[in-house]
Amino acid sequence: MSEADARLAPVRFRGRGFIITPRWYGSLAAFVIIIAVWQAAGSFGWASPLFLPSPLAILRALIALTASGELAGHIAASAVRIGVGWALGTAAGLAVGLAMGLWGLARSIGISVVSALFPIPKIALLPLLILWLGIGEPSKIATIALGVFFPTVIATYSGVDSVPRTLIRMAQSFDLPFPAIVRKIVIPAALPSILSGFRISASIALLLVVSAEMIGADRGIGAFVLQAGNLMQTDQLLAGVVVLSVFGLIVAKVIGLLEARLLAWR
Amino acid sequence: MTIVVEGVSHRFQNLDVLSDVSFTVGNNEVFAIVGPSGCGKSTLLSIIGGLIEPTAGHVHVGGLSRDALNPLTFVFQDFALLPWRSVAGNVRLPLEHRDLAPAEMQAFVADALQRTGLTDFADAYPKQLSGGMRQRVGIARALAVKPPILLMDEPLSALDGQTREILMEDLSRLLTSTHLSALYVTHNLDEALRLADRIAVFSRRPGALREIIEIPIPRGERTHAGSVAELASLRDHLWSLIRNEAIEAEREVAHV
Repeated sequence: MSEADARLAPVRFRGRGFIITPRWYGSLAAFVIIIAVWQAAGSFGWASPLFLPSPLAILRALIALTASGELAGHIAASAVRIGVGWALGTAAGLAVGLAMGLWGLARSIGISVVSALFPIPKIALLPLLILWLGIGEPSKIATIALGVFFPTVIATYSGVDSVPRTLIRMAQSFDLPFPAIVRKIVIPAALPSILSGFRISASIALLLVVSAEMIGADRGIGAFVLQAGNLMQTDQLLAGVVVLSVFGLIVAKVIGLLEARLLAWR
Repeated sequence: MTIVVEGVSHRFQNLDVLSDVSFTVGNNEVFAIVGPSGCGKSTLLSIIGGLIEPTAGHVHVGGLSRDALNPLTFVFQDFALLPWRSVAGNVRLPLEHRDLAPAEMQAFVADALQRTGLTDFADAYPKQLSGGMRQRVGIARALAVKPPILLMDEPLSALDGQTREILMEDLSRLLTSTHLSALYVTHNLDEALRLADRIAVFSRRPGALREIIEIPIPRGERTHAGSVAELASLRDHLWSLIRNEAIEAEREVAHV
């Protein structure tokens, strides 16, 4: 062994980085800084309050709208449309997605139809749906249901399709009847994919309710935001946007809780 | 309980997997099937278990008792446990669609858990268990239906060496004490020599029966020092039957 080889040297650590550790204070600090800068822009006159009202002005508008009861009426109208539209689209999407995952004929028909119709922006169908169903609630609910239907079909179908084959063979080897295999094996195994689909479909429902209300409604958060914009009431406009953001957060939280409860085994 | 396999051949698309396989497994017999990779061992087990329809031939089962809930019961290589069910829930699964009273079902589950040493783990979930414990759950689930025949598809191959050794001891005891018939598919010659009464050696694809070797040593004595030489000689013979074909099969797989 040479002299150089005989010297002991510490092994250099090379494993640094690429280990992502979230910092709890990061998101809080980001929000505080953004709101502080935004408020400063309003307070020091860096931005016109007409074009960018300050956070405090938005908060005041929110309080006034809540106190008058106006906001509650708009929220209720939007919530009913989202709730009914999402439930209808989800129920139909689950049924069709399950059928596509379980039966060859349903899959052959479903894949071609879904592939052809899924890329169409559903809001583009609202005028047609208004012609068919009238300007009232059914056309808006149908638009939301259609928007929710396709991602639910895809999430359900791909979830069923990816159920480990060995679990199905295990169930067959114990002579479990077909409905029991679907109920006890296929649906629980597909649930993670289905719930991921719920996240996507809930966002689409929110997007579509606002769009539909901007086109053909006088009640609802979308209609309220559009009306506030037309009247240059930007504090109320942004108050409506804040409500939408909170709405989205609540929906995400509910789905998160659903996942935590139903997928605790993961 | 006997299993009669008669002239079973199987073709999958353009691939001949099995060719004219015939043998009989007797009452309380553990019958191991060994052979090179891709020789159709697992396919044959699935055919015997009724999960795959053979292209030709038949499988018959004789001497079934009327109260056998699931005469041909599988133990799977990858355990096939439902991760959303507890250990007891997994063991209960094959009983839930049977005409059993809740107390009777509970008794079946408790008995299966007790026989596999899982009583204290009834409420645990598969992700909380080691590989060996998961396979115990797979075995408990199979035992819960009180099957006369176990179909075991490489049940220990996903486990590490020490766990495999422990489970092999337990399986040996279980197979002796419960008087089950079993078909045991494995790559591992030592497992076959430890557990089986007879070992069927298969040729490479299309799998055909080359030879059936009887193990003349009682299962309980195979770990004794006096049996080592005879078992080693049997192992050499088994390996001489498989070695060249295993090498060819490996090269064939590499070319696919």
